[in-house]
Amino acid sequence: MFRIAVSVKDELPDPRGAGLLKDIRDLGITTVERARVSDIYLLEGIISQAEIGRLCKELLADPVVQEYSIADAPPPHGEHAHVIEVAYNPGVMDPVEESVIKGIRDLGITTVDSVKTAKRYFLWGELSEQAFQTISDKLLVNTVIQHIVTKSETASLPSTSYDFSLESIDLQSLDDEALIELSKNRLWLNLSEMKRIQGYFSQLGRDPTDIELETLAQTWSEHCVHKTFKSKIKLGKLVIDNLLKSTIIRVTEELDKPWCLSVFRDNAGVIDLDGHYAICFKVETHNHPSAVEPYGGAATGIGGVIRDPLGTGLGAKPILNTDVFCFGPPDFPYQSLPPGVLHPRRIFKGVRAGVADYANRLGIPTLNGAILFDERYVANPLVFCGTIGLLPKSMSQQGQQQPGDLVVLVGGNTGRDGIHGVTFASGELTADSEAISSSSVQIGNPIIEKKLIDVLLKARDRGLYRRVTDCGGGGLSSAVGEMAEDTGVRVYLERVPLKYSGLSYSEIWISESQERMVLAAPPSTVNQLIDLCTSEDVTATVIGEFTNDRRLQLFYDGNLVGDLEMDFLHHGLPQLEREALWEPPQHAEPDFSDNSDPPDLHRDLLRILSSWNVCSKEWVIRQYDHEVQGGSVLKPLVGANNDGPGDAAIIQPILDSDIGIIVSNGINPKYGDIDPYWMAASAIDEALRQVIAVGGNLNKVALLDNFCWGNPEKPDRLGSLVRAAQACYDIALIYETPFISGKDSFYNEYEAGEDSVCIPPTLLISAVAVMEHVEQAISMDCKQKGDLIYIIGTTHDELGGSHYYGIHGFVGNSVPKVDPKKGKRLMDALSTATAKSLVRACHDLSEGGLGVAAAEMAFAGELGMVIQLEKVPLGNLSSGNIRDDIVLFSESNTRFLVEIAPEDTHQFEEMMTGVDCAAIGEVIGTKKLEVFGLSGESVLSATLSELKEAWQKPLRW
Amino acid sequence: MASVKTLILRAPGTNCDMETAFAFEQAGSQVDIAHVYELIRRQKILSDYQIMVIPGGFTYGDDISAGKILANELRLKLGEEIQQFVDDGRLILGICNGFQVLVKAGILAAATAEINHTLTLAGNDSGRFECRWVYLRVNETSPCIFTRGIRSMYLPVAHGEGKIVAAPGTLNITLSYSDEIGNIEAGYPYNPNGSIDNIAGICDASGRIFALMPHPERFIRWTQHPRWTREPRKEYGDGFHIFSNAVNWVKTI
Repeated sequence: MFRIAVSVKDELPDPRGAGLLKDIRDLGITTVERARVSDIYLLEGIISQAEIGRLCKELLADPVVQEYSIADAPPPHGEHAHVIEVAYNPGVMDPVEESVIKGIRDLGITTVDSVKTAKRYFLWGELSEQAFQTISDKLLVNTVIQHIVTKSETASLPSTSYDFSLESIDLQSLDDEALIELSKNRLWLNLSEMKRIQGYFSQLGRDPTDIELETLAQTWSEHCVHKTFKSKIKLGKLVIDNLLKSTIIRVTEELDKPWCLSVFRDNAGVIDLDGHYAICFKVETHNHPSAVEPYGGAATGIGGVIRDPLGTGLGAKPILNTDVFCFGPPDFPYQSLPPGVLHPRRIFKGVRAGVADYANRLGIPTLNGAILFDERYVANPLVFCGTIGLLPKSMSQQGQQQPGDLVVLVGGNTGRDGIHGVTFASGELTADSEAISSSSVQIGNPIIEKKLIDVLLKARDRGLYRRVTDCGGGGLSSAVGEMAEDTGVRVYLERVPLKYSGLSYSEIWISESQERMVLAAPPSTVNQLIDLCTSEDVTATVIGEFTNDRRLQLFYDGNLVGDLEMDFLHHGLPQLEREALWEPPQHAEPDFSDNSDPPDLHRDLLRILSSWNVCSKEWVIRQYDHEVQGGSVLKPLVGANNDGPGDAAIIQPILDSDIGIIVSNGINPKYGDIDPYWMAASAIDEALRQVIAVGGNLNKVALLDNFCWGNPEKPDRLGSLVRAAQACYDIALIYETPFISGKDSFYNEYEAGEDSVCIPPTLLISAVAVMEHVEQAISMDCKQKGDLIYIIGTTHDELGGSHYYGIHGFVGNSVPKVDPKKGKRLMDALSTATAKSLVRACHDLSEGGLGVAAAEMAFAGELGMVIQLEKVPLGNLSSGNIRDDIVLFSESNTRFLVEIAPEDTHQFEEMMTGVDCAAIGEVIGTKKLEVFGLSGESVLSATLSELKEAWQKPLRW
Repeated sequence: MASVKTLILRAPGTNCDMETAFAFEQAGSQVDIAHVYELIRRQKILSDYQIMVIPGGFTYGDDISAGKILANELRLKLGEEIQQFVDDGRLILGICNGFQVLVKAGILAAATAEINHTLTLAGNDSGRFECRWVYLRVNETSPCIFTRGIRSMYLPVAHGEGKIVAAPGTLNITLSYSDEIGNIEAGYPYNPNGSIDNIAGICDASGRIFALMPHPERFIRWTQHPRWTREPRKEYGDGFHIFSNAVNWVKTI
């Protein structure tokens, strides 16, 4: 065995070491003077000294900037430096290992059997044992996937032998208590579900095998069948039979838009683009894995959602990613962290890196997103990842296999990755989650996925398969089980290519190893399919065949190990019955009548701009490639210095066509603390506002819902879910924006003893809109001195859940509402004006209201602005309540600030007839924001540089 | 006029092949996107083309170091064909990951040694992958075919390992990072990676092999400019001229 250490030459700076040093300082440890990082490669095999020298020089080390050393053991603690070496646990595969093996073979060296990587960290400076331990725990090692190397390790994989023996479970003798015990921490099914299974097998007169129970648990999991949304819910006198069908899906059915091509059926919702092409969109969460191992959890989250478009219709090319994260505050005190929970800053950095590394490597632009912070996300961060795909319209429908077609598994090999990931996602996190779930996390291999995408789209265009689906949560069990629902299937599990030996037939079947897809190929083209895959170094294996007996039959080495009727598997699940409860909470209202602390609008605007939610996310955005594929028309950062906050993203998916796609997100969990109904309404309104703000219209807009909630078995959680879903129906119906797909994630709670910390109910609404011509796009930055600033929409006394109340320590109760009829009229009018190119700049009003929107437009355009609050059209403000701070910071929905050239104002105002609209200010040459209050006096005057600095500073990491 | 044929080389992890193909098509070339394995198996023959392009991406994940594995693959498995292509006076363009590959394969500075020991692309000084637009000043004395007639450009970069490290004075500098008014000493973020002498692109002595870190294929149409909503319209994006120069030059030989 050889250990090769590769380091940056001593005399050169080591950027990775510098980054580590910065992270150490962020921990409050200031005594480390210098840090450096080395890459360690462990090679096993029969290799000559000459070969070792050659592969170091020609492959592993860059002779210009790096040096290498060869040793056979890890170094002892250095005399001058603290040294720690960290390696992945057995079975956690670093993608680099595969690349190193390929690189070594290319050199003509064929005797290296296995490669393992590690990292070695050197820290110089005075460091107590305790501080060293802190650095190791908080920054360098995540015991879920890594360990500290203390002795010589082998580079070989954790292969063991597997001796087949069929495992049956004696269900018949179990009483209720024993059934629950069996389900706990393994199947996550409830008692009535367990009893249904017991009854089924009792009828058959036999015991189930382990693989049959696992298959049922996967198929019946919350993750796969959304049983909460489909349950029978009692809320007071109201009984809702299937919340999903009676709200979200109902909107789509009632609107019945001809351009909705495939909704709630496939892996992503599909809409028509231009008559020739279609686009599909899916957003998912990967919350629990990201809490435990942020980098790998988030990377496999984005990797998973990318495979959804790829597995939609006959396969779509992924063309855009959007990511929304919810974390604990980055300045959360370390000493307040619950046991087993990683610090928000570490989760943030890890998630960001995981998503960026995966998406950048795949060449999919990350063009849009949001990051929100709340202390209740400390133990349960939310990681939403979304992908849009492009496919020919003729291929937009889900395929259908014929009996006799072959089941072809394509892509990566199968290991013990993610076993019980789906059922893991259906339970609450506890301090033990880290230990229980260690097999549920992997780090992902983007290049395998990239190869898979490349070859699959080729096979699609050559017509080599009839149907495709992704292998995601639930592994083969879900993918093949769902695909074969209407036919039946036989699968031969020993044929599945493995990462290492030793997997049982059950593990093979339920493994959630990433980067795999399942195809149904007719026997006439299967050889061509396999040849094509092989030619691009993608593994493709026939693992079974579809039948016409509507049975799922699983074999291992000729033994029948599982045999279930499709009807029971897919329709045997008893409908849940759940109680819901909704009582509006009462929050304290701030009292501004006390004039001892008069409002300081200047200070408060700066504080809101500096709040974690509002502040610039440039540090994150620049680390995503948002230009790849060449289609970005409106980028995430806009304005005179390419650093203003764009509202929605626009891409041109086909480079020689002018048609565009707009993508936006609406989310505001703070409103959910008051009323989830208005939170959902506001999220829809916000997503649509952004579409309108960038020059789109409501003609062809589709929505996606992503509900992240607490434990739905608790009535208050479920009650708030019902409220939110009802708003989705009410608001989307009037806006005429159908839902095409969605997802939910429950049990986002952290149990610590008696207490349970629940996330704020969080609904993400994602919108995708078709834009006839990308040159109609508008950015939010002010363009021209002398232009007029209009506010469109009505400002109410709606500061409940606002940032303004937030910085004063209040939530309040006056949550922003939505009047969708008025809202639609307003958005239609505004989009008519933008289509006529009358609007120079447009920004929607959201968090921080008018004050923040005006500041952002001004500093993004490097042009000043004067606004007069007395001209703002007001709604329900009773005379006693008309105050400057309310008008400046109210977060009322359906409002925009627009910039209009003086010569166009007449035409613009005419188009806005019937809509609350008023000229409230002007773009000026002086670089400041000047606000005149209701009394006509100046109430705020801030330079653009102080506003921008306040906004940029918090996340300038 | 003979038709111009461009080969865009693809490998696992290449991800800018489609838009680079679009750019060459707009410039009037026929384009084939070929997998490196197709060249190795001789299913595609390099000498059928006049222009070879290694586009951007993360070939083989950029594992070990950016472009290294593809560089070795080209050097060891297609070295002779590529040398012949160069000797025949044809054009080679490497963009971003393609730059890293050309350097690490020794194709760009083939004169020095089997493996170049003085030139490489290392991790950005910032320690981060960065996606941002940069101003570029063209060295008008460079023999580079691709930049003829261009004085400055505005293009995006998107890379984590774009810092050029080289012995001073050894390179044919074609492009330098600069600020808005052409000052090349403006520092970060104008020079986004810390490259020596603010170098963004270099060519070989003949001017026929050109490599750059910025992405000209991402600025072909005006609406790709980050500020197209606020600045006067131009007919073509700045990157277009790189491709049209190449195609037009081939038409003349």
